[in-house]
Amino acid sequence: MSRARRRGRGPGFRRNRNPLTWLLRHAQMSLSALGRLAGSPLSTAMTAAVIGIAIALPSGLYLLIDNVRQLTGNWDGGSSISLFLQQSLDEKQARAVRDLIAQRRDVAEARLITRKQALEEFRRRSGFGEALDLLDHNPLPAVVLVRPTRVNSSARATERLAETLKQYREIDLVRVDLQWVRRLEAITHTLERGVMILAGLLSAAVLLIVGNTIRLEIQGRHHEIEVIKLVGGTDAFIRRPFLYEGVWYGLLGALIAIGLVIGGLGLMQGPVQRLAGLYQSAFSLDILTSGTFLAVLAGGPMLGLGGAWLAVGRHLARIQPE
Amino acid sequence: MIRFDNVAKRYPTGREGLAGVSLELKAGEMAFITGHSGAGKSTLLKLIGLLERATRGQVWVNERNLNKLRARDVPYHRREVGMIFQDHRLLHDRTVFDNIALPLVVAGMGHQEIQRRVRAALDKVGLLGKERSFPITLSGGEQQRVGIARALVSKPPVLLADEPTGNLDPDLSREIMELFVQFNQVGVTMLIATHDVALVERLGKRIIQLREGRILHDTGAAA
Repeated sequence: MSRARRRGRGPGFRRNRNPLTWLLRHAQMSLSALGRLAGSPLSTAMTAAVIGIAIALPSGLYLLIDNVRQLTGNWDGGSSISLFLQQSLDEKQARAVRDLIAQRRDVAEARLITRKQALEEFRRRSGFGEALDLLDHNPLPAVVLVRPTRVNSSARATERLAETLKQYREIDLVRVDLQWVRRLEAITHTLERGVMILAGLLSAAVLLIVGNTIRLEIQGRHHEIEVIKLVGGTDAFIRRPFLYEGVWYGLLGALIAIGLVIGGLGLMQGPVQRLAGLYQSAFSLDILTSGTFLAVLAGGPMLGLGGAWLAVGRHLARIQPE
Repeated sequence: MIRFDNVAKRYPTGREGLAGVSLELKAGEMAFITGHSGAGKSTLLKLIGLLERATRGQVWVNERNLNKLRARDVPYHRREVGMIFQDHRLLHDRTVFDNIALPLVVAGMGHQEIQRRVRAALDKVGLLGKERSFPITLSGGEQQRVGIARALVSKPPVLLADEPTGNLDPDLSREIMELFVQFNQVGVTMLIATHDVALVERLGKRIIQLREGRILHDTGAAA
């Protein structure tokens, strides 16, 4: 008040600064905005559905990629290194080598397949059992299967580990099967980038959808806005219900999106498990534990708010009482 | 309470609303503005309610220079100036109660205080019992009373009325004017634009006659 007086603008205005009243008014506004949306359920549902689909697409794809990425790390024997030991080593020596390698900090697990076990397995799987019987000695070397720790399971780290292991005298041959790990990594990176672009575009679409809906709403309530300005409603007061409408649209859209994603990935679950089964993996889509849904729940309303801001900022100022 | 210092208003279309008007209205005074349509009556009221801004000169309301009022302060200014229009400007999808409560809701007043004040305003304009009706179901005179109740519910020190009886028959017009006289008696500064000279002259209040954006005649402050 005194500040206004000092600037020579006459006595200042009394403004309501009671936080409780303010909070209560916001609660009322948000509920009445929701009520207005409920008043025209069909158009609200359609707008929310469009928003929902726009959000569901990138978030569903993201979840899918997220799952694949975890797969890259988890696939049984995924980034594993096979160490073929020297033929001359006996079982006790082979065990010692395994123990030595298992102690390394970048190794999560080292499993020894003795020469006898290797022979057994070969006999069982290959169908060349009779042929093996003709040999007078076991031609297969003992093998140590090394699985790097999670942080060291990327293609480059695995290769580095393999280089180190090559130095061991007891090891005849190191084989790293990295080709598919690299490919999978490259594919997930590409897809991730694609999803990012898609998410950006569809977020913009949501902004525009909400913005346009709110713009129509503002036009429809032109007279009401005029009257409110006439009786001393501040811009913030007039803006508020529209912003809340945007938030509700965003939240409804987010809920629909989550429903769509759960439903869609649920439908994929069966085929994915069958596919994984073909690769001897018990992999299944991890839908519910992801933080993606939290992001959607927070992001939806934020996009709605943003869209409403765009419309409100541009159109409310134009309406002035006469 | 209200002061005009050589105020002119030219609209973007080139039309001249006011062409240099100086006048002063003391707190608690009541005055009528008369003149033909286009004489500048509405423009004068709009400048006070800041529906328009002066292109020249200065307008003072309640010790504030309106020329210097920032846009964000305009709503607060309007809360101190009740405005009544010929076309009522009511919201037809809201009840009489909600229409009258609007200035209080906008100002963030508590629920109970709103109930009390709206009822008091309804009582003043003789519409108690109509609060649940919708404006469309009321007669023209009743709708105008709702508009008046809305203007006075927040107890503004200044009340403006632009042709408030424009659509009403003589009996209703007189009732409305008498209502205004009552408000004035409790201290509200009133400025009413009307072309109904005969009605106004009988009330014996100050009359400011405008022609082509200038004051043609002013009976001066009289009780």
